[in-house]
Amino acid sequence: MSASNEILIAAERLTIDYRADGRWLNAVCETDLQIAPGEIHGLVGESGSGKSTLALGMMRYLAANARASGRVSFDGSDLLTKPDDAMQRIWGKQIALVPQDALASLNPSQRIGDQIAEVARLHDGLSASEANTLAVEMLRRVRFSEPEDAARRYPHQLSGGMQQRASIAMALIARPRLLILDEPTTSLDVTTEAAIIDLIRDLIRDTQAAALFVTHNLGIVAQLCDRMTVLYAGEIMASGAVADLFARPLHPYTIQLLASLPRPTHGTETRLPTIEGVAPSPTNRPTGCVFAPRCPAAIAICGTKPPVEALDGGRLIKCHRWREIAAGTLTLEAPPIQPIRANDAPTAGYTLTTRDLRKTFARRGMFQRRARLVAVDDVSLQVRARSTLGLVGESGSGKTTAARLIAGLEMADAGTMELLDVPLANGARARPVETLQRLQMIFQNPNDSLNPYRSVGATLQRAIYRLSTAKLSSAEINARVMMLLESVRLPANYADRYPSELSGGEKQRVAIARAFAADPALVVADEPTSALDASVQSAVLNLLKDLRAERGVSYLFISHDLNAVAYLADWIAVMYRGEIVEEGDVEQVYNPPSHPYTEALLSAIPNPDPTIKTHRILLNDDANGAQVITGCPFHPRCPRKIGAICEHEAPPYRDAGAGHFIRCHIPVDELTVLQTSAPTMRTGQALPRPETP
Amino acid sequence: MFVLIAIFGSTIAPYRYDALIRGAARLPPSVEYPFGTDRLGRDVYSRILWGARDIVGLPALTTALAVTFGAAIGLYIGYRGGWVDEVVSRIMDSLLAIPALILALVMLGTLGASQTGIVIVIVVLYTPIVARVVRSAVLSLRSTGYIEAAKLRGESTPYILFRELLPGVLPALIVEGALRFSYAIFLTASLGFLGLGVQPPSPDWGRMVNEARDSYAQTPWALWAPAASIALLIIGVNLLSDGLRRTLRYEGTLG
Repeated sequence: MSASNEILIAAERLTIDYRADGRWLNAVCETDLQIAPGEIHGLVGESGSGKSTLALGMMRYLAANARASGRVSFDGSDLLTKPDDAMQRIWGKQIALVPQDALASLNPSQRIGDQIAEVARLHDGLSASEANTLAVEMLRRVRFSEPEDAARRYPHQLSGGMQQRASIAMALIARPRLLILDEPTTSLDVTTEAAIIDLIRDLIRDTQAAALFVTHNLGIVAQLCDRMTVLYAGEIMASGAVADLFARPLHPYTIQLLASLPRPTHGTETRLPTIEGVAPSPTNRPTGCVFAPRCPAAIAICGTKPPVEALDGGRLIKCHRWREIAAGTLTLEAPPIQPIRANDAPTAGYTLTTRDLRKTFARRGMFQRRARLVAVDDVSLQVRARSTLGLVGESGSGKTTAARLIAGLEMADAGTMELLDVPLANGARARPVETLQRLQMIFQNPNDSLNPYRSVGATLQRAIYRLSTAKLSSAEINARVMMLLESVRLPANYADRYPSELSGGEKQRVAIARAFAADPALVVADEPTSALDASVQSAVLNLLKDLRAERGVSYLFISHDLNAVAYLADWIAVMYRGEIVEEGDVEQVYNPPSHPYTEALLSAIPNPDPTIKTHRILLNDDANGAQVITGCPFHPRCPRKIGAICEHEAPPYRDAGAGHFIRCHIPVDELTVLQTSAPTMRTGQALPRPETP
Repeated sequence: MFVLIAIFGSTIAPYRYDALIRGAARLPPSVEYPFGTDRLGRDVYSRILWGARDIVGLPALTTALAVTFGAAIGLYIGYRGGWVDEVVSRIMDSLLAIPALILALVMLGTLGASQTGIVIVIVVLYTPIVARVVRSAVLSLRSTGYIEAAKLRGESTPYILFRELLPGVLPALIVEGALRFSYAIFLTASLGFLGLGVQPPSPDWGRMVNEARDSYAQTPWALWAPAASIALLIIGVNLLSDGLRRTLRYEGTLG
């Protein structure tokens, strides 16, 4: 943290508009933002809040159809009025950018080392050999284990995490004074993300550069940033020191945002508090307080624009009623966590059982012989009636493939499945309508889960018609459509809308309604909330929970977000490289003893509580992605590897009691001892993480 | 405009296409004969008006057929994938590997030069091209949630192909169809020029160019008029397909 009072860069009443379809649309409105050297400033907001525009506007790196007004002071001059050629010398040298998609921003036809060296040659006038040496040194600093080797590689030969570290090396080589990071970890796995976050923290501490970190993940802000700014609909709602804002949020939006994050401590008996409504579009922003339409504390005065007020500690707030909140006369304590109705309790019997499910893909290469990839390796799962099985793992763990096998979208190579004790045919085509009624799926991407050429009503009608065994009249079908819309909390007039007129969360609600068109016993949900904003995510999770209670359905919930899983699931299975490495109930999986992989996953979750600093277990990057043929699939990355046995022998599936199983060579008791002793101990069970990539 | 000429050309033309006007051979353009007359004394303007029916009608028919077959094949192999896709795609690739005009000459040589022959040749030539465009559009839609949801409802393959997938590929299909149309005109005219198109004495713009070539020195208008008509028509159709591309916001590859 920086103790100095000097300010490196300051935006003053910065306003940015875009010209689209012949008119100006406001993206960022009169924002003030200051960053001191050595400080990491978190910029958070939902998608469309203007956070990326503001970040890029700070370095005057804007699209051709954008205009900026206000002032950005950097080094005593205003960046907005500088000539373009002067900016060219500032970009890369004084202010560097780390973009979200590293692969797209690296030149695919140039070696990593040459690309990084080029920046040093351009800005610092180094000779080619000096620049190359420096590039390798930078790669070492961003923790490449073999920097010389990495420098000779092309971008596509590196994993996503390595690409992102290479682009950080490129940004830092000219020793910039300000680093702008635009969601650099959003597309990465949670373990890789944790490594990048740690790296950025260390680099900023060492270089004393300032950093602006754009993210939607409050957990990262809590763990990484010194100060933060909360953006909503292009306006600053609140800003200040991270510890202060998290401990004592004063803006209704901040309060609700923090309350809506799923945390394992909520347990499965509760509902998450949510923020009602959706963020206004730039074409249709309220004239008064932009948050007023969704604010539970909105009163008449909120129809006028609140002033930005400065508080102690450099804190800013834009709300008419913050004084009442600070004084405690207005409490926005989210509605008390409501218990779910009692009939939600899991009952005896299994909805779904799979035995030794297996799927192998042939990876095709033009010049190599065909390699086989075992995506799902003898997976046996049970989903209990009226309960949720959470399936977690990194990308490439086979969790989605397993879900698709069960749903019937892929054909299993081997193994058996049973739905409600009736054998389940391999592939949806072979399943009778009675089975299809009972087994439906919700997809990850809300934007392509609805046919864009069909209205919401038509989509639901078709699902009801196809999935009904009785002949329904069109009046009956329409009545069911209305019922479905109501059950997913959408107004009836949405039946006439087309998907392009809906927000992401609304589309996902329609997709959920479609899955419930008949009377499903099992709904497979493949990352249904990962594409949604935090405030929308919690509402969708609640909806799934409500529907489980109302309709007595079971879920197979696929997610990489361990907090969302803990909130919804009763039972959790952790997958790595196609194998289930651990299963148990939430309590068992989230606490020691656990599989070393689970342990690493849990430690990687950024905790949205700045007072708790989790100790990270860093995993090596999964560089080659090659299949491990013998032994434990996790052994090349395992921090608890005990020796040759891990490389040569498949680990046993050890019983840790009460249905808790761990696939590891280390005996269960030993794991408990190892994991409860310092320094890799996890912090109790509070390991929450807000998430919406 | 060309469509209007194609439909009504024969009725507004002052003369029949084969009417030999006595004593009026090789006349330069005048008020009575706007494009002059050819060496046999036929009114070039009338012949162009008459010929418009074939030069627009034949390609329109062939394009419609090629688009229909191509869409059906492309939808099916794109959705089905696997070995069916491999086999059909390779067959189409091999067809595409042969230069269009040469294949057309060979086929017309065996089929005999006739209107039906031209239709068959162009349909055979263009179906794979359309199918390829549709197939690639399908590939990007195949794994979307709404297609998978349809599978989980137990929808039949034809339903998924024509009700779920077709609307999504329609913009690509329309643009491709317009593009194919202009190429089909060009090919029809080329074949006419080579004498493999519509047989005399029916007026064919391509053959008119060929016939007028010999007497270019005496009757340059008899060559210029049909050549310019072909050029104008193709430019017009291309502009139309560009316009469609813009309105449909389709960013496809130019064929």
